[in-house]
Amino acid sequence: MEMMSGAAMVVRALKDAGVEHVFGYPGGAVLDIYDALFAQDDVKHVLVRHEQAAAHMADGYARSTGKTGTVLVTSGPGATNTLTGIATAYMDSIPMVILSGQVPSMHIGEDAFQETDMVGCSRPIVKHSFLVKRAEDIPTAIAKAYYIANSGRPGPVVVDLPKDIVNIQESHPYHYPEHIHMRSYNPTVKGHGKQIRKAVALLAKAKRPVLYVGGGAIASGADGLVTELAEMLNAPVTCTLMGLGAFSGVHPQFVGMLGMHGTLEANKTMHNADCILALGARFDDRVTNNVEKFCPHATIVHVDIDPASISKTVNAHVPVVGSVDTVVTQVIEHLRNEDLSRQQELLADWWKQIEQWRGRQCLSYQKDSEQIKPQQVIEALYKHTNGDAFVSSDVGQHQMFAALYYPFAKPRRWINSGGLGTMGFGLPAAMGVQFAHPDATSVVVTGDGSIQMNIQELSTCLQYDLPIKVISLNNRALGMVRQWQDMIYKGRHSHSYMDSMPDFVKLAEAYGHVGIKVEHPDQLDEAMKRCFEHKDRLVFMDIAIDQNEHVYPMQIKYGAMDDMRLSKTERT
Amino acid sequence: MRRIISVLMENEPGALSRIVGLFSQRGFNVDSLCVAPTDDASLSRLTIVSHGDDKVIEQITKQVNKLVDVLRVTDLTEGQHVERELMLIKVATRTEQARAEVKRNVDIFRGQVVDVHANNYTIQLTGASDKLDAFSSTIAQYTDIIESSRTGVCGLARGEKALRP
Repeated sequence: MEMMSGAAMVVRALKDAGVEHVFGYPGGAVLDIYDALFAQDDVKHVLVRHEQAAAHMADGYARSTGKTGTVLVTSGPGATNTLTGIATAYMDSIPMVILSGQVPSMHIGEDAFQETDMVGCSRPIVKHSFLVKRAEDIPTAIAKAYYIANSGRPGPVVVDLPKDIVNIQESHPYHYPEHIHMRSYNPTVKGHGKQIRKAVALLAKAKRPVLYVGGGAIASGADGLVTELAEMLNAPVTCTLMGLGAFSGVHPQFVGMLGMHGTLEANKTMHNADCILALGARFDDRVTNNVEKFCPHATIVHVDIDPASISKTVNAHVPVVGSVDTVVTQVIEHLRNEDLSRQQELLADWWKQIEQWRGRQCLSYQKDSEQIKPQQVIEALYKHTNGDAFVSSDVGQHQMFAALYYPFAKPRRWINSGGLGTMGFGLPAAMGVQFAHPDATSVVVTGDGSIQMNIQELSTCLQYDLPIKVISLNNRALGMVRQWQDMIYKGRHSHSYMDSMPDFVKLAEAYGHVGIKVEHPDQLDEAMKRCFEHKDRLVFMDIAIDQNEHVYPMQIKYGAMDDMRLSKTERT
Repeated sequence: MRRIISVLMENEPGALSRIVGLFSQRGFNVDSLCVAPTDDASLSRLTIVSHGDDKVIEQITKQVNKLVDVLRVTDLTEGQHVERELMLIKVATRTEQARAEVKRNVDIFRGQVVDVHANNYTIQLTGASDKLDAFSSTIAQYTDIIESSRTGVCGLARGEKALRP
């Protein structure tokens, strides 16, 4: 058996786990591991400027590829700085492994320098964690971490490594397990036959069906299958914020995103449906609105790999535990025995009704304004990227505008913090995307609030020549907060604006990038064109938009799914 | 409704803290918790007494089951089961009358006096939780309770049902 130090084992195990990129920051407890990294070329290390960004980069890398993202940080502050990034990944079920340094075993519990109980701190926001106590356990712990992170319902896994076990002066036998078997962990992938038959019977006779598709469809790579199923059934499809791209946003059966800022037609379709097939979605409060009034006419078939997600908020009539790709395959097989030839005819009334809702054109906005409208920016972005960019987003109004006005035809193109709503996520996520797809167009849609939460990473972008396009919708305010203050707090804008905005163009230039300022609607198209002509440079577009624009449609609190405001003056 | 949830899990460091953390994180109630390794030392068995409606209990069992270290979860109260709790209780016995009443009640409840001191007796009592409650409130009518310690409930399903890996 090969002999090597604990530090060398960490790096070797990463290689054996198929890791190509590690996002990290060195420090006392991980110096040995960094020394082992120095001695090889298989695993590429990306030096970030803040550990939170390392986690978001690993996250963007994971979301855009389906592979597990990897983070390496030191003990204490290095580890705690990743917590927001870990929580972000946890809420959105993103596979990630976080290797954190720890003080030497003999000093654990002594309040040693840069000591924190990382396993304890991260416990509520990880899928699992390991505190490795012996060097020879390192390969197995790392192998298990990758297996757990990217199987079942994916999620982040922490591996805490005390400094003494990675000592480069000591050698231990290295053995990386070929197969991982854990008696306590066996996720159910295949749907129960009886449940599948029940689901098929409901779907085949539904007169007003809808497919409600979430992030689980993307995680299991089920986009093609979901499309096949939707077309067999001739059913309308809506996607959650996390599911955008699992079904093409330009498909005629797509009725848009659903939920708090969903389209009118999506929420109406849900509310009036007689059968809802939920695929890898979790009936989040940002979708359901008041659960008491949620979709009163519907029989709900809920497919999810996590049994705990089923009937957690909304009761499922037919629960199916399994991965979306496997279960949809099973459903399609069974549906082949059903007579679906009259599906067009049977659902004619349903589609007629949906067309009426679509006719309200809930996404229309004022196009002849003196000021740039945020919607207009996203439409211009769509045009100049041919609808084929990887779009990462921060959190706030711009996030909703991007989700609504940039239809995603493919999965893993829309990268956003859906569950946790982490401002500062966008730029580092777009960087992770760019590392995974060096030749693709990686865009971040952000705002003047969010971008300042991880703006230091502009420095990392220069170091690694990442030609990211930063589309910053600058409304001189925290737009979504301001919108709620307008709507609920009678326009009292308590601390939702910043009086001292930096000059973002100069700031971009100071970091060695290109900055473009856009202030008038008639400059937008040309400026966007110029932006994308810079193939090899990061371009920061500081776009001054209308401060008073609100995101609509918007569900009315405590109402049903389809109780919505359509503009500042109209409601359903 | 009161429920007894039995959990079989890997006897790993940190496993217990995951369970306890889960309960506080998700706002589930814990009335008592009892944990120790099983006949197979690689496994730990945990018994949690909780209360909540069916929906809450369903979430508890699902969320506990989701923990990577957990092998099996069952709600013992769903079927026939045996439950036991042990209490050690120290009561004042300064007078002859107090000593006699304590001894009489210990016999009635089928407990044992396990330590005797000039001014107090320590009593061991085993049974279902409500029996221990009944003993405490009865004895309090005759003398002062100095301190008591209870193990929390542990239980097994009756008959052939068993929680095995």
